[in-house]
Amino acid sequence: MTQHVATPAAAPHHAPPQTFLRKYVFSVDHKVIGKQYLGLALVAVCTGMFLSWLMRLHLAYPEIAIPGLSRLSPNGAPGGVMTPEYYLSLMTMHGTIMVFFVLTTAPFAGFGNFALPLQVGAEDMAFPRINMMSFWVTFVAFVVLIAAFFIPDGPPLSGWTAYAPLSAVGKDAGPGQGGGQTLWAVSIALFCVGQLLGALNFITTTLDLRTKGMSLARLPYATWAWFITSVIGLIAFSVLLPACILLILDRVAGTSFFIPAGLVISDRLQPHSGGSPLLWQHLFWFFGHPEVYIAILPGFGIISQVLPAFARKPLLGPRVFIACLAAIGLLSYTVWGHHMFLSGMNPFSATLFSVPTLIITIPATIVTLLWIGTVYGAKLRFTTAALFCLGFASVFVSGGISGFFLAQPSIDVYLHGTYFVVAHFHFVMGVAAMFGIFAGTYYWFPKMFGRMMNETLGKVHFVLTFIGVYCIFMPMHYLGLHGDVRRYSAFTDEYMKGDMPLHRFITVAALFTGAVQLIFFVNLIYSRFKGPKATDNPWQSTTLEWATTSPPPFDNFGGHPPVVYRGPNDYGTPSAAGDYTPQTTP
Amino acid sequence: MIPMRSLPVERVSPAPARTGVWVAVLAISMTFAAITSAMVARAGAALDWQPFRLPAVLYVNTVLLMLSSGTLESARSRLAQPEPRAIGGTAAHWLLVTLGLGLLFIAGQLLAWRALARQGWFLSTAPNSAFFYLFTALHGLHLLGGVAALVYAWRRVRMLGPAAADTLGAAALYWHFMTCLWVCVLLLLTIRL
Repeated sequence: MTQHVATPAAAPHHAPPQTFLRKYVFSVDHKVIGKQYLGLALVAVCTGMFLSWLMRLHLAYPEIAIPGLSRLSPNGAPGGVMTPEYYLSLMTMHGTIMVFFVLTTAPFAGFGNFALPLQVGAEDMAFPRINMMSFWVTFVAFVVLIAAFFIPDGPPLSGWTAYAPLSAVGKDAGPGQGGGQTLWAVSIALFCVGQLLGALNFITTTLDLRTKGMSLARLPYATWAWFITSVIGLIAFSVLLPACILLILDRVAGTSFFIPAGLVISDRLQPHSGGSPLLWQHLFWFFGHPEVYIAILPGFGIISQVLPAFARKPLLGPRVFIACLAAIGLLSYTVWGHHMFLSGMNPFSATLFSVPTLIITIPATIVTLLWIGTVYGAKLRFTTAALFCLGFASVFVSGGISGFFLAQPSIDVYLHGTYFVVAHFHFVMGVAAMFGIFAGTYYWFPKMFGRMMNETLGKVHFVLTFIGVYCIFMPMHYLGLHGDVRRYSAFTDEYMKGDMPLHRFITVAALFTGAVQLIFFVNLIYSRFKGPKATDNPWQSTTLEWATTSPPPFDNFGGHPPVVYRGPNDYGTPSAAGDYTPQTTP
Repeated sequence: MIPMRSLPVERVSPAPARTGVWVAVLAISMTFAAITSAMVARAGAALDWQPFRLPAVLYVNTVLLMLSSGTLESARSRLAQPEPRAIGGTAAHWLLVTLGLGLLFIAGQLLAWRALARQGWFLSTAPNSAFFYLFTALHGLHLLGGVAALVYAWRRVRMLGPAAADTLGAAALYWHFMTCLWVCVLLLLTIRL
């Protein structure tokens, strides 16, 4: 296998920044950019969580006036009571913000930017300026999306999937479908550009900037996950980008890509002809399903790196793990049709999409078994990061099991439009990815800021969050089986009234779980400034980021690129360092 | 000649630049594949496809772009000579010719748009005219990226800066891809429109 060498001639990759702006704002340093991405994700997750609170409050108490809401949207919430349309707008923005600006930016762009160059022994990403551009384009995309709250039309209401023709016809389709939906499409197109630039850097850096001795077989598992995620993202966002361009053209230029002929909306015949709404669904879900893995595979990588460090045992079956990641990446492009079982699809086509959907559960299950095998018989150090790893496995399995049901068209036809699906994807994609983010934060915080986080606060945070998310999402399975339709803003009719106590319980759990995150924020801020100083390698880990100072210098390794002699999996092998052998030990 | 110390501090080593271009090629191919499949699906969705003749200037543009790939190779071969400093200027000249041909191609594409508009075919006239404008606009935008890359490479070649040949090699890879992509797009437009 080819081994690349970071030659001394390559140093310095770029000069250290001299001004505040170049150091902290328009920085080309991958570590700063990684923190910027994480900061953006933090703002986004607070926004998205706040929106979910508003929705849950309305679902539990449909008549309640929420103080201040009428100021945000006098038309959407007159007197503070939200209209059904405004509920849909909040739902759209919640989904979009969470999927794109939290679940994609934090585990992939955030941690990947911070740790990938360190883990391969590079001074920076291959193209630092493009890296900086990637973040700022993503930032602008977020600002454009949030701007939808502050225009007269308000935010769009077509869901994070923006199904056409609702998303394509403009103002006639309802409040928010004017300027708000256009801003949505522009925002997502910009987001695609940002992520494509990021993927370009991740792939090139992994392939070309590995330090001496860092063969592909010796790459840390998180780096493997980011690399495979980059490849998935490169293909997926390359498809979503033109889809958004077509959508924008339909909205502003009068084209008819997605709008059928003879469509009458709000008593107006739409001036379009012959477009195909299904075309949007195909293009969107060709991106949309791999997006699930863009959100979750970095979590796989983080868990597979963090868990052995605290189990003090090597990861079970490391090559199998990497093969599973690759298999998931490949299969992720064959299953998009399972999101479209309700679209009137030919039953034979549905079977074609159903089979790979079931097959893709095999590598995902194997990965979970590898984690269980890794901790089996281990003297696990129950740090907060390790607890979140175990929590990740738990919620991923809980959410994954319902995936078996939904993969079958005959069952999915009944469940797809219900809370069952909401429970499924929140567990398997949302909460699992969030637990991966938490595990990564508690694990890499000492390296990022040179200080330790408070473990007691961390454990309280984990326990309460773990209980909270189960209280929120487990009952949703029952609501779905009972026929509670997702996207309804209130369940007040006779048939569904009986489910209101459960809805209220979920709302209380959601408010509780959200409030619990304050513990995390307090810990984050307190530890950043007052936490005990971290040593270079507080967790006694093997990978290269722990072979440099905490936090690392501007050029990562002080001008001395490390040399790698072994893989990242040498835990339980006594050496001079202790019960592990770092990758830099001959 | 500008002194070497005034060169940008950032150093893009040759291998990453080339790998980066290959990754970009994959992404751009995927984008055009997505639009192609959208066009095929859209053509079958309704009977509102209204065939029209492609402007003849497109074929002239194609020849210009293919020529530009040839002149770019001339630049590269001159830079690979044993005495690059002596012939560096010549390579830079060939690069300028390449840039000129590229800009002529862009101008020619704009002429094609104008010719089509004169016949009454606009973006929203019919689905096939929409795809025509979309394909040509996206290709043109990506080609402008190639022009920027060639200008960057030209500066390095002119100054015989670090890794000039490799930078030019990466830029050339992208430019040739743009040429191949355009030939494919033209073929597709000829068959489907």
